[in-house]
Amino acid sequence: MTDQLVIALLFLVNLRMFATSRLDSLIRGVALQAFLLVCLAVVSREGALSWEGWTFLSVTGLVKCAVLPVMMTRALRSAGIRREVEPLVGYRVSLFIGLIVTGFSIWAAAQLPMPDGAADPLVVAAALISMITGLFLIVARRKAISQAIGYLAMENGVYVLAPALAVHGPLIVETGVLLDVFVGVFIMGVIILHIRQEFKHIDIDRLSELRD
Amino acid sequence: MMLRILLFTPFLAGLASLGIASDRVRRRLITAVSFFHLACSLALWTAGLEPTAGRWLGLDALSLLFLLVTSALFAASSFATVTYLRGHELPEERRGRLSREAVFTCSMLFFLGTTTLAILSLHTGVFWMAIEATTLASAPMISYQRSSRSLEAAWKYLLICSVGIAIALVGNTALAVSIAFHPATYGLPLTFRGLAAHAASLHPVWLKVAFAFILVGYGTKMGLAPMHTWLPDAHSEAPSPVSALLSGALLNCAFLGILRTNAILVRAGIGDYSNGLLIAFGLGSMFLAGWFILQQADFKRLLAYSSIEHMGILAIAAGAGASFGGLLHALNHSLTKGALFLVAGTILGAYHTKSTRTVTGVIRVAPMTGLLWIAGFLAICGVPPFGTFVSEFSVMTVLGANGRWWSLAIFLLTLGIVFVGMWRIVIPMAFGRPPESHPSGAPVRFLSVADVPPLALLCVVLLLGVWLPEPLTRLVTQAAAVMGGL
Repeated sequence: MTDQLVIALLFLVNLRMFATSRLDSLIRGVALQAFLLVCLAVVSREGALSWEGWTFLSVTGLVKCAVLPVMMTRALRSAGIRREVEPLVGYRVSLFIGLIVTGFSIWAAAQLPMPDGAADPLVVAAALISMITGLFLIVARRKAISQAIGYLAMENGVYVLAPALAVHGPLIVETGVLLDVFVGVFIMGVIILHIRQEFKHIDIDRLSELRD
Repeated sequence: MMLRILLFTPFLAGLASLGIASDRVRRRLITAVSFFHLACSLALWTAGLEPTAGRWLGLDALSLLFLLVTSALFAASSFATVTYLRGHELPEERRGRLSREAVFTCSMLFFLGTTTLAILSLHTGVFWMAIEATTLASAPMISYQRSSRSLEAAWKYLLICSVGIAIALVGNTALAVSIAFHPATYGLPLTFRGLAAHAASLHPVWLKVAFAFILVGYGTKMGLAPMHTWLPDAHSEAPSPVSALLSGALLNCAFLGILRTNAILVRAGIGDYSNGLLIAFGLGSMFLAGWFILQQADFKRLLAYSSIEHMGILAIAAGAGASFGGLLHALNHSLTKGALFLVAGTILGAYHTKSTRTVTGVIRVAPMTGLLWIAGFLAICGVPPFGTFVSEFSVMTVLGANGRWWSLAIFLLTLGIVFVGMWRIVIPMAFGRPPESHPSGAPVRFLSVADVPPLALLCVVLLLGVWLPEPLTRLVTQAAAVMGGL
């Protein structure tokens, strides 16, 4: 029951991320998405978690729901922008695409041959839609910061795919993956600030000096 | 023990470099660590291989081959890095600890460490982690100049490669799911070797899903078309020694992941599927690279597209089962392309432009640099007697022996296009009259210090074309056996 509720909320959060123009609400969206996905990893798991498992989940939650969103909010403030006014794909169309993607994820998850012990296909669908939301933000938004948020959303989705399919990697590898994501978003933030200093804007589609 | 030293030295040196105030000491550190790394790799070669079954980190023949290439390139380009840093001194108040140059040095040493980790990792998860870490370590080096173009290139590189590698993580998850259907494999550690040994019990549908995601994911990092878009930008905007490392060391690492995954599918009996995909992506990359080489006006982008072409050749070799030729070609390409990017750096330093129309008469301005530029061009196009000719020919022979005539035809056609395209650019650059703005009064030295590392690299490629030493042949043969999943 709880997992159904979490999945429903997750679908809504992802749709919200498709449709919002305000960047701070996009950051809140990705934080909430991470929180719900961590919850889902706990709820959908059969059997008790070891204390290492709990520690790792809380660190993941802390990094993805608090540290990274706070870092992004600060980068946003220093860049001095609030909203993405003219995205490459309009918000109404985005929302429509979001609905189609939701349907597609549910359908695709039902098609996969599932191993024993895997969670409800809906959990896999939730992971898929989070990944696709991230990819969509990367290609359809022009502000560098929206793309960084998209990357984080995509990583959130990939992260929950493993518990959804009853795959449990070794802790050291999972920690390494988390570290990579953290450093990755950090370096993206630094480059965004340099872009801001150099160009006075962070519109990626206006960075078009390099082409053939 | 030796492996640990090899792995940890670059990371420790990288951390230390952040705290060093003197630019000179930091620059010496890069050279010292690179040569130490090379010495360790050579010592490992002479010490012989140890069994790697069940280990997460270890040295099999395949990793040893790629490790030697990487070490050699780092050692060769370390001098050019020092020259570059000397030529781009920051103002006095921006030097010292944690300065931009200190961060650059740290990134470069971390890059060496993470590529070593990627080469040594035999576990799918550790490998993923290492490959993503190489992206993160190299992005600050690309944006070193903080110009608008280098920032644009660094952003594209970081974002496109990170997304690509995230896709490869989906592939890793699918690999992990594929073991869950059979009691013999349930709970198996996800080492490449272990998976290949139990390949017959893995779930074929999930294996296919895994390979598709891993090919697209690591293929992005390797520069296979159509995921290559970051590559020309990053290679042209990065400092030249960094371009040499990206092209010669980094692309190979990503290729290693694809190779090791392909071995699992071949052993599982669905090699036709993965080999077909590899050949398709390989031919696509070669053709696209040939097309863009024909209309290139920037000599560093020219070299970048040539790297895409050669990554295509490697993918085709892997798909056609030309293991020996493919690995030999990976070696030849890395050495040649490393040399070419170092020469390009020297030319850029002399002319201050990357435009192929403005740079003329290199051979008069700097005779040895011009000669090396031509020799490198001949080597990269696979003209005999260079080693690239031997390896490309060996790949083509296998294509013919397998009856893949269409692939062979496109392969040959593209090689021709690339040759013509590069000829039209390289020859006018080398010969012709030097531009009038160029100070012709400067005394012409036949051989400058900057020419020595590329000269050494090209001599090795030339030597490999006429004579393959027995230990090397043995190493490549063993590595080819690893490619078969043994």
